[in-house]
Amino acid sequence: MKKSVFFGALAATTVLAGSAFAGTLDDVKARGELICGANVGLTGFGAPDATGAYVGFDVDLCKAIAAAVLGDASKVKYVPTTGETRFTALASGEVDVLIRNSTWTFSRDTDLKFDFVAVNYYDGQGFMVKKELGVSSAKELDGATVCIQTGTTTELNLADFFKSNNISYTPVTVGDDSEALRQYDAGACDAYTTDASGLAASRASLANPADHIILPEIISKEPLGPVVRHGDNNWGDIVRWTYYALLEAEEKGITKANIDTVGTSTTDPEVKRLLGLEGDMGAMMGLDKEWAKRAIAASGNYGEIFETNIGTSTPIGLARGLNALWTQGGLQYAPPFR
Amino acid sequence: MSLLYVRRDMLAPQAPPASQTGAIRWIRENLFSGPFNTILTLLAIWTLYQLIALSWPWLANGVWSDANSMADCRAVVAANAGPDASGACWAMIRERWHQFIFGFYPPELWWRPILTFALLFVALAPVLYSDNKGAVAKMCGVVGVLMVLCLIGADGFSAHTVFAAAVMAALTAIAATKPRLLLIVTLLFPFVALWLLWGGAVWGPIVALIGFMVLAVVYGFVAPKLGPVMGASIGFIAACLWWLLLQSYVSEAWQALLPFELIEVDSDKFGGFLLAFVIGVASISISLPLGILLALGRRSDMLLIKTLSVGFIEFVRGVPLITMLFTASLLLQYFLPPQTNFDLILRVVILVTIFSAAYNAEVVRGGLAALPRGQYEAADALGLDYWQAQRLIIMPQALKISIPGIVSTFIGLFKDTTLVSFVGLADPLRGITTIVRADIAWKGIYWEPYIFVGGIFFIVCFGMSRYSMYLENKLKTDHS
Amino acid sequence: MTLVTEPPKANFRLGMLIYDTRYRSYTIQVIVLILFLMGVAWLANNTIENLAAKDKDINFGFLWNRAGYDIDQHLIPYTNDDTHFRALLVGLGNTLVVALVGCFFSTILGVIIGVLRLSKNWLVARLMTIYIEIFRNIPLLLWIILVYVVFSETRPAPRDFKIVEGQTSAAHMNFFDTIAVTNRGTNVPAPLLTNPLPTVHLGFLPISLSLIAVIVVIAASIYANILLRRRTKVVQEATGIRPTIWWKSLLILCVPVVALLFAMGLHWEYPVFKGFNFNGGINIAHSFTALTIALTLYYASVIAETVRAGIQAISRGQSEASAALGIRPGRIMSLVILPQALRVIIPPLISQYLSLTKDTSLGIAVSYLDLRGTLGGITLNQTGRELECMTLMMLIYLIISLIISAVMNAYNASVKLKER
Repeated sequence: MKKSVFFGALAATTVLAGSAFAGTLDDVKARGELICGANVGLTGFGAPDATGAYVGFDVDLCKAIAAAVLGDASKVKYVPTTGETRFTALASGEVDVLIRNSTWTFSRDTDLKFDFVAVNYYDGQGFMVKKELGVSSAKELDGATVCIQTGTTTELNLADFFKSNNISYTPVTVGDDSEALRQYDAGACDAYTTDASGLAASRASLANPADHIILPEIISKEPLGPVVRHGDNNWGDIVRWTYYALLEAEEKGITKANIDTVGTSTTDPEVKRLLGLEGDMGAMMGLDKEWAKRAIAASGNYGEIFETNIGTSTPIGLARGLNALWTQGGLQYAPPFR
Repeated sequence: MSLLYVRRDMLAPQAPPASQTGAIRWIRENLFSGPFNTILTLLAIWTLYQLIALSWPWLANGVWSDANSMADCRAVVAANAGPDASGACWAMIRERWHQFIFGFYPPELWWRPILTFALLFVALAPVLYSDNKGAVAKMCGVVGVLMVLCLIGADGFSAHTVFAAAVMAALTAIAATKPRLLLIVTLLFPFVALWLLWGGAVWGPIVALIGFMVLAVVYGFVAPKLGPVMGASIGFIAACLWWLLLQSYVSEAWQALLPFELIEVDSDKFGGFLLAFVIGVASISISLPLGILLALGRRSDMLLIKTLSVGFIEFVRGVPLITMLFTASLLLQYFLPPQTNFDLILRVVILVTIFSAAYNAEVVRGGLAALPRGQYEAADALGLDYWQAQRLIIMPQALKISIPGIVSTFIGLFKDTTLVSFVGLADPLRGITTIVRADIAWKGIYWEPYIFVGGIFFIVCFGMSRYSMYLENKLKTDHS
Repeated sequence: MTLVTEPPKANFRLGMLIYDTRYRSYTIQVIVLILFLMGVAWLANNTIENLAAKDKDINFGFLWNRAGYDIDQHLIPYTNDDTHFRALLVGLGNTLVVALVGCFFSTILGVIIGVLRLSKNWLVARLMTIYIEIFRNIPLLLWIILVYVVFSETRPAPRDFKIVEGQTSAAHMNFFDTIAVTNRGTNVPAPLLTNPLPTVHLGFLPISLSLIAVIVVIAASIYANILLRRRTKVVQEATGIRPTIWWKSLLILCVPVVALLFAMGLHWEYPVFKGFNFNGGINIAHSFTALTIALTLYYASVIAETVRAGIQAISRGQSEASAALGIRPGRIMSLVILPQALRVIIPPLISQYLSLTKDTSLGIAVSYLDLRGTLGGITLNQTGRELECMTLMMLIYLIISLIISAVMNAYNASVKLKER
């Protein structure tokens, strides 16, 4: 499946000959590297740090997939994508998987020919306002100026919300999260709307977080999750079940710390299957036995990833909420591993 | 008898009145020569005062060290200058300067882009100072010294520094003795730069270079028989065959035989000014030959070639660069064979090359138009054919006239490389700044990165525009 | 091979296609044509294959679907229930408005700076040089971002304008309480008519007859003024005395418009602070203001250089001759130098207008919803039809550019005719 471009040879390593439509797994293995479409400017979810290494909630899922497929969590190449270029990058095969807080919608799933394989973060669009404004509900925002990021589903939700409540607003469109926050902080808009997770992260980074409140209305459902191309079902399965392995690990209490010991001490057959001690689940997807073990070992289970990147102990301070396990009243639920 | 009322000796000249000399006269003549000028001067002084009064406290309270986040900076400023004072937070630059310059290029390999940058000047020197041999050597020497300083600053004193210094010293020695040999460096530079920046096996670029030799050899055989156009076409086809069919095997074979490679650096590690220079220099150097061909095409007598050239130039000049960049990131994949995929930097370079080719074509066309008709007629009278006339008579003169124009095209292009951030590349102005501002430690910073990046852009572009003006003046005296 | 269009001579040989200069150009053109068509076919074939592989088609039908998003600045009526096509038109209007306003102000500022740069006043000339160098050598993108930041960071929030009994408000409106520059936009008074002419709906575009009436009256006044000046010139040439006409001009230019506006009942609606924001009047978003100001400042520096070069291209003898005739320095510039310099200045000026128009697409940096922001931004993103959107967008920009080029060529041709 290799088709090289002649100046590709000139540019030595810059050519990536890849197949877009079948056998993503083979391509990834042949390349020895997972190409992950990432966000470069969303605190806590995906952004490079001072050394240029990507960190964040979404980034850790990329690492887990790389660990499961290639056996090395560091074999990931992050392709920075913008709200506007992300789906094209995926469709053209430039990235293997897009993990960039993308909302699962009907038209993206069907018309754009993608598969949203799981929901790694249940989000919803909310509003943040300054406390001194004296507003306690989004329905009181009649006539307000609202800062909003372009290129996302939020602008459609916003229009729908104000329309259905028969109130008016002035949109101030901005390009990225930090710019929106700057505008909001300077008072260029009364309210800032984006996914509630983003609002929490933004609020945390303001000089005086207590002066700002996040309004109780969540005006949309924003299931965010990893996206792959239509048609390559095996690759979709790998991404989906890698994610579920992280969830299952949290449910069964498998952590980064105890992953090497838990296999010997446990009697739970599902844990044994997950860790590859019984049966060979990996083979069904073209992976080896220990794929899930490596995925979990990369950055820990779902709960650990959540806590280190965006949890209550971080400056972002998000509560688990809808993203708690189903056993704790949340929505995160992994189908059985059998 | 003497006339007592006639003075015998001359009076010593008196000093002119105070209002007619020195500073006062200068001020009167240059600043307050009339009511209108006085008003202008006062306005100018007032504007200057306002600007300084606005920005001085902020600059004076700037924090350079002792801070690792925006909150630290605010605390330091508040401690030093009172709670309401504002102050610049340069500590961010101290922590992140390398991302603005090198992007995510691995720190231990910084010597490679620095050496490449120095070699760029060596490669340019014989072109820019074609008639001044001393200047070439001087330039190489100065660049070499600056490079060593940069290397020591960025990397400490290491083996790489010694190696790079030795390379530059050798090149300076060549420049001092046989400057024409440096033209070989100019020709080899693209391959050396590719290899140094991206790393990998040395055989890739070398074998690709052999493709050009194949072209030259085939041209040498065919051109005398079938003319230069056919020679070039057949040579090009042969070279393409070499690149497409043999390149990978030959380079792999050599690599197996004689492994010699640098650590590979992926394109996604490129960012900051490194990226701006890579895109700018690559595009302008590839687009120059294309631009010459397009300019010749536009002046051609052949209707079809003229139409195609004009159509291409007008189309490219008619759309904004940003749509070309979006084409690179969104559409190019539609136009290439299915499953061909290559990385964004290369795609952007291709589209920016196409873009600047059209602009260069217009610059070169201007140079061609500036030549007196007599030059063409004289070439015809000598019995030279079209390509001989172009090569020996027209182009050397036309290109010389066009150099200032090409330099300003490059300045424009270099400034426009900032637009690549809109397709997700980490340009210094918006790409890296966004990354820095997404860091929770630096949230809320905005003036400092823009001032820093703007300052560097100013230095580079101002330097180049001064150089282009110098060239213009030099060329003017040549022709008068 | 029957590629030759001329009838072959008796002794025509195939080799002549290559060796004979009479035929070689045909050979080359035919080869180029074949290569060109092959290239086009190759691209088209790839596109079709790629589209088929992605199960997509080329279909502009999405333009008639509901857009669903709001645009804060629209010259024609628009709500989120309108179609993508209408959003496109709104974006195009926004692009053109920035381009026009930017060209207008950058020309004025550029001419002033270009003339001042040649001023004898040392300080002013140096300051102008510094201005030009700073703006020319730093990317336009930076200026757009900086101006935007300056507006939203240094201007007071709307609530600071709130007037509470017994207190003075924290911020004041400018120009006799008519214009409020807040950190979220500029509020200017809106002209309103009490008895306007009806609005005609031409297909999808509403056309206000009131506006047309005003434009027609102004055009007629200007034409009448031109006639007056022409007559004055005839009188001057006949009698040697130039009649004083400035008050006549003033009357002709002002009275009809004022009378018309008065008849239609013009009054201003002033912005008033209410609730969250200023209500009434027109709210101009900072994305527009910042983009316009940055384009103006940047292109003023470019235009200033053009103006300077144009003025310096006029030989010194011209100004010395004028001085010898006793013309005052200010008039030497306006009557002798500038009219001649214009011929040198205008061709590059128009190509700078072209660049300015194309650079309005940088509004992306401040999320200004111009053509790229609507069609090439949100519409593209929501529908996923990148091929259609990008093609359409490039086509529209190309048409705008070609129109400007056509104007430039027409002007160049007209200047050429005057040369003897």
